[in-house]
Amino acid sequence: MKKIISALLVLTLFCVPFLASCATEFEEDGEIDLSEAVYEVEVDDVSYYAKFRDKNITLNVYNWGEYISDGSEGSVDVIGAFEEISGINVNYTNYATNEDMYTKLANDKVGQEGYSSVYDIIIPSDYMIAKMAEEGMLEELNYDNIPNIKYIDDQYRFEAFDPEGKYSVPYTWGTVGIIYNKVKLEEQGIPVEAVSTWDVFWDERFKGQILMFSNSRDAFAIGLAKLGYSLNTENHDELYEAAKIMRQQKRYVQTYVMDQIFDKMQLEEAWVAPYYAGDAVTMIDANPNLAFAYPTETFNRFIDAICIPKGSRNKEAAEAFINFLCETEVAVANCEYICYSTPHVEAKDIVLDEMEDWHRAIAYPDNETLSRSESFVNLTRDTNDLVVEEWNDIIIGIDENSRFNKALVPVAIIVSLGLIILIILMRIRRAKKLRYY
Amino acid sequence: MKKFFSKFYVALVLLFMYIPIFVLIAFSFNESKGRNWTGFSFKWYGELFHDRTILGALGNTVIIAVIASLLATVLGTFAAIGIHNMKKSTRSIVKNINSLPLINPEIVTGISLMILFSFCRISRGFVTMILAHITFCVPTVVLSVLPKLRQINKNVYEAALDLGCTEWQAFFKVILPEIMPGVISGFLMSLTYSMDDFVISYFTSGPQSQTLPIVIHSITRKPMTPKLNALSTLIFLVVLLVLLASNIKSSHDEKKKKRKQKIDIV
Amino acid sequence: MNNRKFRMFSIPYLVWMLVFTIIPLALIAFFAFTDRDTGAFTLDNIQYASKYLPVLVKSVWLAAVATVICLVISYPLAYIMSKMKLNHQRTMMMLIMLPMWMNFLLRTYAWMSILETNSGLLNKVITFFGFEPVNVMYTQGAVILGMVYNYIPYMILPLYTIMVKLDGRLIEAAQDLGCNTFNVFRKVIIPLSFPGITSGVTMTFVPAVSTFVISQMLGGPKNSLVGDLIESQFITAYNPNYGSAISLLLMVVVFICMGIFNQFDNEEMEETLK
Repeated sequence: MKKIISALLVLTLFCVPFLASCATEFEEDGEIDLSEAVYEVEVDDVSYYAKFRDKNITLNVYNWGEYISDGSEGSVDVIGAFEEISGINVNYTNYATNEDMYTKLANDKVGQEGYSSVYDIIIPSDYMIAKMAEEGMLEELNYDNIPNIKYIDDQYRFEAFDPEGKYSVPYTWGTVGIIYNKVKLEEQGIPVEAVSTWDVFWDERFKGQILMFSNSRDAFAIGLAKLGYSLNTENHDELYEAAKIMRQQKRYVQTYVMDQIFDKMQLEEAWVAPYYAGDAVTMIDANPNLAFAYPTETFNRFIDAICIPKGSRNKEAAEAFINFLCETEVAVANCEYICYSTPHVEAKDIVLDEMEDWHRAIAYPDNETLSRSESFVNLTRDTNDLVVEEWNDIIIGIDENSRFNKALVPVAIIVSLGLIILIILMRIRRAKKLRYY
Repeated sequence: MKKFFSKFYVALVLLFMYIPIFVLIAFSFNESKGRNWTGFSFKWYGELFHDRTILGALGNTVIIAVIASLLATVLGTFAAIGIHNMKKSTRSIVKNINSLPLINPEIVTGISLMILFSFCRISRGFVTMILAHITFCVPTVVLSVLPKLRQINKNVYEAALDLGCTEWQAFFKVILPEIMPGVISGFLMSLTYSMDDFVISYFTSGPQSQTLPIVIHSITRKPMTPKLNALSTLIFLVVLLVLLASNIKSSHDEKKKKRKQKIDIV
Repeated sequence: MNNRKFRMFSIPYLVWMLVFTIIPLALIAFFAFTDRDTGAFTLDNIQYASKYLPVLVKSVWLAAVATVICLVISYPLAYIMSKMKLNHQRTMMMLIMLPMWMNFLLRTYAWMSILETNSGLLNKVITFFGFEPVNVMYTQGAVILGMVYNYIPYMILPLYTIMVKLDGRLIEAAQDLGCNTFNVFRKVIIPLSFPGITSGVTMTFVPAVSTFVISQMLGGPKNSLVGDLIESQFITAYNPNYGSAISLLLMVVVFICMGIFNQFDNEEMEETLK
């Protein structure tokens, strides 16, 4: 056993430097003659990035998993290209949800001085940007350092979550629609119109074949939209009403998921699910039996935007990174890798050129369709509490009537006291028994 | 017959444990991302070696797991010896405290450690992660060493002292070898816990100490990339090869010994 | 070296536990009994948490079932292992731990590929032999399966380490004195291996109660467990006070369960017999 373990240890110790060298391989390429260098991507102004060279700057970039073009399958390695062109070292790390990221950053509060983050770049979604801006967790951007902002469509820059565009530069946007299996629909003789409304998620005919969002905000958005209310409603009666229909819906739903929608729809384990338009394109590519529809009611449009958290130690370099992400070629690469729609005007033109019609209709819906969309804003704390609590109760199956059964508390206390007494009794019996020996 | 049955049983349990692993390995050869099979391909193995995020995370994972579980094993083994020699009432209290890190949902441990570290102004990174990992590994070591201590015959230790061993010699030559199987299984379990932990690692990691589970769990909106399956397959193969080699070697050694003994007898 | 000197060995550990376990625990207790805004003492959080008692009971129940299944599977295996050749024992130990070195999420995805109703491997095999497909996904059975799979090594290893050193003479003596196989097992082998069972059960049951990803992925929302709830309070609701209250409740329940279980341990008996 010892031998096996020591062999493993030796092996891993050998592996680590090897891997580390693999990982730093790219960084060492940086020492090329600047004037003649041919970079992996073409940028507007190489000299803009040159000023950071040899200053030994390290940027800490914090992003969603699989949310930047990383060089796989022939795509552009965006981080590598940025390091190459600017000489800035990038530490790239991932988070899974807006809330995970927020919890970690909110903890970096140093006394009265406010927030001081170790990260330099984050890419939260709309409502989270509003929340963080409100709580003073974001730096104001200096647009003199981000000349490429000119490429970003104003349509996305001054949304409700950041009305003056002070804190964020849009990175991607997308919409939530309905992805369905058209072959299964045909087999069941269900007309296609059935799936172009949120009502489909309450449709008896789809019982057991429905997937739903597992997070409270996205799930409630569908209930609210079906009832015709705003997705950002602060009216608690409306929210209770939505909760009520979400409870009714539960018996039709196969399960509540997020990323597993990909596998489940492609493997035809379910017939219909709400998901992001960009991902629907990926799914349809993989399984042509699938199709996508925009509902006739309100639907959610999200924007993920790049921000600099308060306390960033390399704000200027971070702004250079934002600028780099807005370079046309980089935006195209990211857009193709992530599959969501881009707010970058030129990148959009390039991407649209290569796009088939069905794809374009999904990823870039016409203005009439888009007029039905609504972005999330940050909910007040009361409302957020209500949404989370209702959602937990729905999922766990505590219904309105049995809620807050105060009798449970004393009962539980009595039961546990009883158990403790039982333990003591058993102890005493055992002690007696021992005396016989 | 009995032998056949026991072999069959072992095979059955191992099959149960390895079926998902074979499925996991199979998907590393899948051409597209996610769980629907589209075709056979080796491409993810090539891609894997160009992914800095994954390779860097692998390095961090191994370093943190090895250091944390080694320290936890030392700390835990000594702790178990101490606990074993405590009075009964204190022992049961300490044993209860010992299972606390196991009861606490990971999220609670993770967040409370994060608050603790930021309160003490320790910036998050390798050090905080190793501290956190030791915290949840120590209880397993204690739990796997304690039962071995209960099996020890105290007289052997005293005999060693009577025969002229110093206290430390007696400890290293008598007690330690006796509890070794427990120590090793404690180490193995710590290593496993540490390599697989996501939640606590997430909340105690800094921008330079991202581990593999964090990378894997952060892919929530997109399908899982088979690169990760490819990496798991490689880890699996390497460990299996080492295992096989050491097994062949030790059975070889044993045969040699036997032959030598025979010659000696002759 | 006397007992007291040995006792000193645990001092670094005790300090460690004080800093990294007791202090965070105190923090949890503090959160559980204070108001979110004012920081004043309140029982509201606990009262709120108690509405989830049914979920707690369900978590404990599922974890207990999984633990029993683990024990039943592991016990014979550990016994067989302890009777193997020495180098085979080592190999087995590694073979049992190795699957757990693959990432948890990837393993769970693999299970989903096996259990899925229409496209799952299991149902493909079953229908190939002409049987009706079974529906395993999103049942309590799937949650238990996931728990058993993930925690079984933590049951096998402690049992094995204790069985390696079981005194064969005691078993023979019992047989000579006329015990049948069942009684040998019940009166000799089980009591002798009990320390291993205690450790194994602790390491299986306790983490299983607070697990959260397994239940979400294999069990679906209808089988949400208390771990999922605590997670959502801490992260989505930004409400550590409620989350702490629920986890405090969980701790109390688990301690009671372990307390009852430990009553079966005959530690005192062992000591008096020595």
